[in-house]
Amino acid sequence: MRLLAGLLKELVGLFVDDGMLALAIVGVIALATLVERFVLDGTAGIVLVVGVLLALFANLMAVSR
Amino acid sequence: MTWTAAASAAVLAAFLASLVEAVEALTIVLSVATVRGWKPAALGALAGVVTLALIVLLLGPFLDRVPLHALQLAIGVLLLLFGMRWLRKAILRAAGVIPLHDEAAVFAAETAALRAHTQRLDWLAGLASYKAMLLEGLEVVFVVIAVGAGRGLLVPASVGALAACALVVLVGLIVHRPLARVPENTLKFTVGVMLSAFGLFWTGEGLGVAWPGEDLAIVGFAALLILVAALAIVVLRRTAQASA
Repeated sequence: MRLLAGLLKELVGLFVDDGMLALAIVGVIALATLVERFVLDGTAGIVLVVGVLLALFANLMAVSR
Repeated sequence: MTWTAAASAAVLAAFLASLVEAVEALTIVLSVATVRGWKPAALGALAGVVTLALIVLLLGPFLDRVPLHALQLAIGVLLLLFGMRWLRKAILRAAGVIPLHDEAAVFAAETAALRAHTQRLDWLAGLASYKAMLLEGLEVVFVVIAVGAGRGLLVPASVGALAACALVVLVGLIVHRPLARVPENTLKFTVGVMLSAFGLFWTGEGLGVAWPGEDLAIVGFAALLILVAALAIVVLRRTAQASA
């Protein structure tokens, strides 16, 4: 059981190292999904790319503080 | 992008990512072999490979049944999380915020941990080898599926991954030491950029975004990621110098 829990934890760890960055990325994707559904064509792509880049930069700057 | 260029990108991404994972798995298997001999190391590694093969055989056929947009979105999101995790760590290491990954240190720590357990050593040693092979192998399988599925590029991606694994096994058998000279952070940085760029592309495709230039947008995403990463490294280094 401990082995299974350990494997599961490591499996999640493959995708999530810093929880805040992962949460920010998921938030940006959710926002892009809403924009794609309700706003003009092409905007969702900009939201996705700019949002992810900003999330990465902000997360790294937070580490330095 | 032509099929050949897309296939080449898939081969390269899978090869580089698998190279890093294979080096990490080799370090653990070698430490097991050093402490307890090749038998538990090889048996554990073999059991890991068999488990991986079973997972692929069981789950592989389901890939064709998932609707394309859902598959693209799921892979895109996971790829983005996976790639950004690597890229973030590589940036922090390049900026000197966290220490570089040292295969020699990992090897020393693993062998010391194994030597500390005098009881049930064979079982523990085999398990360490098994776990390393399974977890690192799962990352390889994920990368192959992520860069290959949805565009019929599973074969080129698999070729890239297998070539990397074969290369690492071959070199490992020859040198019998952890491959400490592999520029792991540079590889992780490159792969992090590539996987994140693929992740942005697939996530957008899954959401129904029509990227300008279609597949070529991936190159643009990679350039933007490199730009942001370079800027972050400069700022992080300056901040560290200012506070020192």
